[in-house]
Amino acid sequence: MSLPDRKRSKMDAHTISKDLMVEDHSINELIGSAFQQTRQGRFIADKIIVTCLSLCAMCVLFFLYSILWHLLSQGISSLNLEFLTHLPKPVGEDGGGMANAIVGSLILLGIAVLVGVPIGLGSGIYLSEYANQRFAQIVRFVTDVMNGIPSIVYGIFAYTVFVVPLKSFSAFSGGIALGIMMIPMITRTTESFIRMVPVHLREAGLALGTPKWRVIVDIVVPSSLGGIVTGIMVSLARVAGETAPLLFTAFGNRFWHSSLFQPIAALPLQIFSYAISPFDDWHRQAWAGALVLIMIVFIMNFSAVYFVSRQNQFITGKITNKRMRGMKN
Amino acid sequence: MKRKDRSDIIFRRVLAVFPLLILILVGGILFKLVTASSLSIQKFGFTFLFTRTWDPVFENFGALPFIYGTLLSSFVALLIAIPIGLGTAIFLAEYAPYGVQRVFSSLIDLLAAIPSVIYGLWGIFVLVPIMRTNVQPFLGKYLGFLPFFQGPNYGVGVLSASVILAIMIVPFIISVSREVILAVPQVYKEAAYAMGSTRWEAIQTIILSYGKPGIVGGIILALGRAIGETMAVTMIIGNNVKISASLFSPGYTLASVIANEFAEASDKLYLSSLIEIGLVLLFVSIVVNSLARLLI
Repeated sequence: MSLPDRKRSKMDAHTISKDLMVEDHSINELIGSAFQQTRQGRFIADKIIVTCLSLCAMCVLFFLYSILWHLLSQGISSLNLEFLTHLPKPVGEDGGGMANAIVGSLILLGIAVLVGVPIGLGSGIYLSEYANQRFAQIVRFVTDVMNGIPSIVYGIFAYTVFVVPLKSFSAFSGGIALGIMMIPMITRTTESFIRMVPVHLREAGLALGTPKWRVIVDIVVPSSLGGIVTGIMVSLARVAGETAPLLFTAFGNRFWHSSLFQPIAALPLQIFSYAISPFDDWHRQAWAGALVLIMIVFIMNFSAVYFVSRQNQFITGKITNKRMRGMKN
Repeated sequence: MKRKDRSDIIFRRVLAVFPLLILILVGGILFKLVTASSLSIQKFGFTFLFTRTWDPVFENFGALPFIYGTLLSSFVALLIAIPIGLGTAIFLAEYAPYGVQRVFSSLIDLLAAIPSVIYGLWGIFVLVPIMRTNVQPFLGKYLGFLPFFQGPNYGVGVLSASVILAIMIVPFIISVSREVILAVPQVYKEAAYAMGSTRWEAIQTIILSYGKPGIVGGIILALGRAIGETMAVTMIIGNNVKISASLFSPGYTLASVIANEFAEASDKLYLSSLIEIGLVLLFVSIVVNSLARLLI
């Protein structure tokens, strides 16, 4: 998200020096009031500022630490085999687990992948390979806006389009809501990683008389696969924890789902309803569920980091693509 | 030769379907939300946005309490998050050694990856008790003369929701402003150093003025997130349809009223009003994101 080049070129030495003069005055006021305008005073001010800034950073770290620590310490005591393999017990009975919710979440993510990956991938490839500048800009703008639409709005959309006509909350509608949310991120990452594929790889393919679409399918996509998978994993990690779009699509279920067109349990939904419940045992289970959820999310994020580092190694020529090495034509 | 050309054209046309689908999808979301809320739009018109009653029993609906709650909680969240986020970004980009920078940015990615519902869980069981027993009594004692820090102290309320929101948007502010700061050309910084400025002076004069549009864009983006944030806020804000100046009192936001009442809204007008609230959220998010995109 760097500044566009046109802004950079506009900002020439003259404007910078003008800014300097204006700002310098305010610095003198700011620091000069607290310290003597001496070399030492200015350095002391610098030190104080550094301390404040590092305190800000510590503050952020502290939040992360506190959240993860509570998740671990509260979650681990309730996380056991029963939690992972059993259905929730009826209200009032202790014990039971979230097996249905864990499976339900995976099913929802599966549906989401089926919806989000083809559209995102196809759009990303089209934008980088074929689209004219104007159309690409419009689509990019729309994906950016989509990225910022609150998740609950997608839930309302899926509700009006699928739940109302089918007259039932369903796994299907929830999965589609999540899938739609994955599209913008997959589109943007696919496009940017495909753009990074070195030109000489493409040219090598084209020089052999390969049609452009074969070059895309056999060379461009395989050599940016690491990046594409990264985009998919990151977007999957993001929707895996989404609760709002599922509230009135997947709806939640205390039993195993009977079909994809019936309400289904999901981990985030279960955590939500347990967290706001008045029962202590449910609170404990909410923490355990949260621990499971965060592990799923973090595993997806870490694998994304792995794939992107492989992709970067490939781009810089440290490793080669196996499929391309073996390719004859 | 001819066959190859045709295969290329087919491939291109098939692929072109996907971006068109995206455009149709976004158009469809807008269209669907407008038609589904038409009942409430016709009945209440523009006064929907300025009416402060929300009465499902007598079917009188107005979104003002939610708009107020959303704006207030997001604004307070920004007040908390901007200094912390910007400070951290400057620290990382300008002061921290490279190793610290790398570790830190992956930790911030972790913070950004935590699902909203887990923030809510943490908020209910960790943050709210702290707010109730420590922070809010303290604020009430020393700043109680201000209308924002008066009234009964439940722990759940606008202030707690704002703190959670702040923690959730800090990673955005950090990552956007860090990138903006890193994009400042080295020569400008070096020029400032060559003139004998300290690091902080260089940051103030060169980096902050050069990166201002990008940083503002990042903040607007974060504002968009805060406005649309649903679960964590729903779990903490207290869900009370009342407009109060006090940050201690429970409130309600646009997103959380949908989350709480949508599934149980049996009546057509009730449902339609909730969908209109969703439409308001959609419009706000489109405006905010377009604005941010222009700036970054």
